[in-house]
Amino acid sequence: MFEQYFSNQLARGAVYCAITAAATIGVILLARRRAPGLLREVPLAELRGILQIVAVGAILAALLRGPAWTSIFVLAGMILAAASIVCKRAKRIPGAFALALIAIGAGAGSVLVVMTVTGVIPLKILTLIPVGSMVIANTMNTQSIFLDRFRGEIAAHVGEIESALALGATPDTAVERYLQAAFRASLIPAVDNIRSLGIVWIPGIMAGMVLSGSSPLYAALYQFVVLTTIFSSSALACFVASHLVTRRVVSVHAQLVVRA
Amino acid sequence: MPDILVECRNLGRELSPSGQFLLRGVSFGVVPGEVLAIVGPSGAGKSTLLRLVNRLDEPTEGTVFFHGRDYRELAPDALRRVIGMVMQRAYLFPGTIADNIVFGPRQRGETMAAAQIEALLAEVGLEDYASRDALTLSGGEAQRVAITRALANEPEVLLLDEPTSALDEASRGSVERLLERLIRERHLTCLWVTHSPEQARAMADRVLVVEAGRMKALGTPDEVLLKRVEAADV
Repeated sequence: MFEQYFSNQLARGAVYCAITAAATIGVILLARRRAPGLLREVPLAELRGILQIVAVGAILAALLRGPAWTSIFVLAGMILAAASIVCKRAKRIPGAFALALIAIGAGAGSVLVVMTVTGVIPLKILTLIPVGSMVIANTMNTQSIFLDRFRGEIAAHVGEIESALALGATPDTAVERYLQAAFRASLIPAVDNIRSLGIVWIPGIMAGMVLSGSSPLYAALYQFVVLTTIFSSSALACFVASHLVTRRVVSVHAQLVVRA
Repeated sequence: MPDILVECRNLGRELSPSGQFLLRGVSFGVVPGEVLAIVGPSGAGKSTLLRLVNRLDEPTEGTVFFHGRDYRELAPDALRRVIGMVMQRAYLFPGTIADNIVFGPRQRGETMAAAQIEALLAEVGLEDYASRDALTLSGGEAQRVAITRALANEPEVLLLDEPTSALDEASRGSVERLLERLIRERHLTCLWVTHSPEQARAMADRVLVVEAGRMKALGTPDEVLLKRVEAADV
């Protein structure tokens, strides 16, 4: 309906953004008693998100004319930003930024390298950056859930962990059960995405490929490739983080240093 | 005189970065088979003292000597196998009672025969409990399992951090009687944090009074407790 009022595509896009942002504010106002903090957090997150995505759009427009290797810097920047966002969610864990950077770098980085070397992801900016960003963003979400859940498990089981330590358990043994719970919880969205593929949702990349002329069957298979790549990256990042995080919550003297 | 088993020298802990001290300048020694009752008002630093002896918290001043050796030279897991601790609540692990009992020995690669587990459980009045789910027990039963779990490690020193304070009246009495019996029969060396002067008088060879993070008195129960009757919020 806005096409008759806004012939410019960018202006139409801005109006659509305003409508969806207004809808989120409405929903938060409706649920403000359940989550009062969201009233401040979500508008700021939306403002930040729109500025970032517009900036990325502008950068992409410039990069698309450049050589493929330049995408390495863009993806590295995304990993740094993702680690910084995870760090804010897990600030009670000492050294969370370095931990998230190593985990996301190892998870997303190695999976993207393997997929590119084997040709699964074409070595073109046009595919590397969008697919890479999906992999990094989902790995970031998984890391946030993993670290937040792990910290929550620690806070809820201080007595059990210290009882285990007091019985002579190593830090790894004392927190093993809570690492498993966090690992399992953090991968639920990635597993559910694969499980519900095509039934509950048809993700954007598949729709985009169909719209741009690819065969719907190939687009469907490629969507599976993307989601399984996301799962591998997320799981690998959590695996790496699970080996690094114990030393950050239990000291070298086997004392629990993160309690809340 | 027997060798001192555990010796605290000028032990203290200060919170960083506030600088608030939880405990300061605590010095005493315990010989094998001795029961030292630690008394004092809530928040005095009694639990902090036991946590420092078990090295669950790091001392910011002083240290603890175990068999004359600075305990910082020992690996924390090795230290805690010989300095057992029973906390205010049982904090049993998910699984069976037997899983909980064998937890400590399993950490050093040892197994326990079913008969050994049964014998330990019989000692605390929990015959035929080995295969029961640990998370379905009453508070008193759970604390009995926690005591058995600590004893399964065969510690040289047992730290009891008010192990009956979270129990109801009926369970409290029976668990206290159990502890008194175990200490007598096994000749356990204990540091026992208690709110009860009667218990301290009945069980302890010596009493340590801690107030506001400092040791206020140390001596036999009669010496310490009779003198403190008037000030007696111990």
